[in-house]
Amino acid sequence: MPGCRRVGWLALPCAGLLSGCAAASSSKPAPTPAPTPASAAPSAERAQYASTYQRRPSGAVLIRNATVLTAAGPEQQRAAVLFADGKIVAVGADVAAPADAVVVDGTGKFVTPGVIDTHSHMGVYAAPGTPAESDGNEATNPVTAQVWAEHSVWPQDPQIPLAVAGGVTVIQVLPGSANLIGGRSVTLRLVPARTVQEMKFPGAPYGLKMACGENPKRVYGQKSISPSTRMGNMAGYRAAFIEAERYRAKWDNWLKTHRGDPPDRDLRLETLAEVLRGHILPHIHCYRADEMAQMIDLSKEFGFKIRSFHHAVEAYKIADLLAREGISASVWDDWWGFKMEALDAIPENAALLEQAGARPIMHSDDPNGIQRLNQEAAKAMYAGRRMGIPITREQAIRWMTANPAWALGIDSVTGTLEPGKAADVVIWSADPFSVYSRAEKVYNEGRLVFDRADTAHQWKTDFNLGTAAPGVGR
Amino acid sequence: MSPWLARRAGGVMVGVALSLAAAPRCGGQTIAITGATIYPVSSPKIEQGTIVIRDGKITGVGLNIPVPAGATRIDASGRWITPGLIQTGTSLGVKLLESGGLRQTEEDSVTGDVNASFDVSEAIDPASMAIPITRLEGITTTLAVPVGGLVPGQGVLFDLSGDRVEELLDKAPAVMVMDLGEGGKNAGGGSRAGAMQRLRRTLRDALEYARRREDYRRGQIQPLAEPAQDLEALQPVLRGELPVLAIANRRSDIENALRLAREFKLRLVVWGGAEAWQAASELAAARVPVVVEPLTDVPQFDALSPRLDNATLLRAAGVTTVLAQRDMAQFRDLRQAAGNAVRNGLSWDDALRGVTLTPAQVFGVQDRYGSLEPGKVANLVIWSGDPFEFSSEAEHVFIRGREMPRQTRQTELRDRYRTLPPRF
Repeated sequence: MPGCRRVGWLALPCAGLLSGCAAASSSKPAPTPAPTPASAAPSAERAQYASTYQRRPSGAVLIRNATVLTAAGPEQQRAAVLFADGKIVAVGADVAAPADAVVVDGTGKFVTPGVIDTHSHMGVYAAPGTPAESDGNEATNPVTAQVWAEHSVWPQDPQIPLAVAGGVTVIQVLPGSANLIGGRSVTLRLVPARTVQEMKFPGAPYGLKMACGENPKRVYGQKSISPSTRMGNMAGYRAAFIEAERYRAKWDNWLKTHRGDPPDRDLRLETLAEVLRGHILPHIHCYRADEMAQMIDLSKEFGFKIRSFHHAVEAYKIADLLAREGISASVWDDWWGFKMEALDAIPENAALLEQAGARPIMHSDDPNGIQRLNQEAAKAMYAGRRMGIPITREQAIRWMTANPAWALGIDSVTGTLEPGKAADVVIWSADPFSVYSRAEKVYNEGRLVFDRADTAHQWKTDFNLGTAAPGVGR
Repeated sequence: MSPWLARRAGGVMVGVALSLAAAPRCGGQTIAITGATIYPVSSPKIEQGTIVIRDGKITGVGLNIPVPAGATRIDASGRWITPGLIQTGTSLGVKLLESGGLRQTEEDSVTGDVNASFDVSEAIDPASMAIPITRLEGITTTLAVPVGGLVPGQGVLFDLSGDRVEELLDKAPAVMVMDLGEGGKNAGGGSRAGAMQRLRRTLRDALEYARRREDYRRGQIQPLAEPAQDLEALQPVLRGELPVLAIANRRSDIENALRLAREFKLRLVVWGGAEAWQAASELAAARVPVVVEPLTDVPQFDALSPRLDNATLLRAAGVTTVLAQRDMAQFRDLRQAAGNAVRNGLSWDDALRGVTLTPAQVFGVQDRYGSLEPGKVANLVIWSGDPFEFSSEAEHVFIRGREMPRQTRQTELRDRYRTLPPRF
């Protein structure tokens, strides 16, 4: 992620992208305007919707004698993982723990980084699935870059603890795929919270949700509004980015000079301009290979970089192109045949991408699937092995940890078990690529957010209260 | 009664019952599979056993089974053999795609609320692309069901091999589907209570119709709730011959189903049963089987308290439990669903039984399906290991004694794009 990370983005919340981060990202820093009270600052330069997430203080934990998949190197047998103050301290055979460390016996167990899902609609399509909580698609216009998923997220969605029990520590919540450009995503830490702000991953860049193919053309075609065809889809993206280029030029010029009144602010174009500046990462729902190639052309026309194609069931057909372009592919293992553009899905997709040097990611797009991303990765790993691609556990673990961290622009903070990284850690009862394996303990930046053996660490959302729902620890 | 129904009832005589007699086409080959660990399900596992298949049937299973002269031998040392898996309640063969408005691939529903006479048999496409892909996961038999309305119609059990519907079918009808949950309530004017009322009226009228067929023919009877063809189709249900597969997830829906079954002496099978764990002792006492989807745990108003160990709790209470995975995009993942049931406490043996012998018993084909015993149809799978594990694969799938090809549309795509660019 350009810009924000380079300026030490854990310390500097990447709010007010147009000011601090935008300036920091260019090679010659633009003159910083004198600080002004928020109320007096031009609206576009105000701090925007900051994260209020706070790491909960937690003591040192030493997990001993486990099989450790760090997602950053070889599998380690009978190894230890030490973390303290929310950070990984050491991983290896000989780890000295402080005297006050909580020691967890990892005999027979596996330790991995927390699972990260690049594609979730938890919170925006919350259970129990009523129209009242259907907040994921602003399907009133094919381009709604002005909407932000975080403004829809309901932190009491009872689906969230179920995902945590599956080892998930971080998700990207995306708007739906009804629109060509659906709006901003938000990256969240899955911790119990009253507000979405308390879950927002500090400093994580925003994503932009775009969608190809059947959905937008169906949704708007039915209303006799463009797009009703795939060529209409392309025309729609292009028109939006042409506007955004003009808007960006106007603002960049004003930010440089501060001469005269600032240009009018347009939330829709502001988001797209941030994509053009490289501060917002494009995530594109796109099934078919030919359409992904069209979207790559689009990105070249306007000079932005696609971060991940989502669903990408035909990514294997253009694995070489995706590798060359440095675009990740967020895929299921074997969802297939549920719509025309999913007809060519094959379980070997991720393995073929890995073989080509591209960056596969197991994503869910589903409140059930997110509980078992390890199983999706397992199916994909073994499908690869069966066709002769020797995918290792070391590689497959990256599909649900390090690779999604990269796609979300948070890979310098989390996604692997390396000293200095966030202590997002899962202890599995057995090989996570076995169907019988369960997450036993889940730590989110060092905080024990799930313990199968202890109901005190099994969050029930407000929604669950007063029902016979037994919690997630069973 | 709507004018439309009245017109149909008045104008249509009893429909000619669809008579697609099951006519299995069996392989004539004799095959002997040796050296494997065999899980007959109906009896304890056999190490280093032999299975002999002839004319599509199993003729021998055990330790000291002689290999007939001229038999094709398959050395399955180190492999596991189970009966073919039975998938319950899918749209396999009658529907391929779920969204995008692709009507060309959807055959699993008809308009109307009560379609008791709708039998999905003739909607099955034996050439469906989904069949070979599903079969590759060790699923040899499926219960295909209609959807929509209060009484969607009749589900049929078929084997995943054959060129013609007559060849595929094992049992038609196998179940009568009724929806006692959210999906059926509009047929009752928008309330579950209304749906129950309408079901009762339909069943009472079906009884009345059976008692007074002559009066019906002469038109000397008050208008009945549904057309004659649907009332006729309900007769085997009312005789307790055809099980009712009742969609019921909420505990109160399950109680409603139990009450209806008591009133009309129905053979009830609860389908979904997300909150069945709360009614486990009642279900056990009433000997009502439940078809459970082991991966259901997201609360909906249809069931606020689902839990992943539902099957475990039901089995512990003595409920006959079938495991299913009916999600459209993933119904081939039945073995993953069964594995997850084990992960959540079910015994491995109960899980295997729940996808083989138990569904065969529940749907009335246990004389031919569900276990590895002499005389049974040779639907079986040679696995590289534990069938529920991702590391295992179905190496050989036999349906009616014939080995199924391993090629699917997906394997062809895989091989075409194995190296890029592809050679078109």
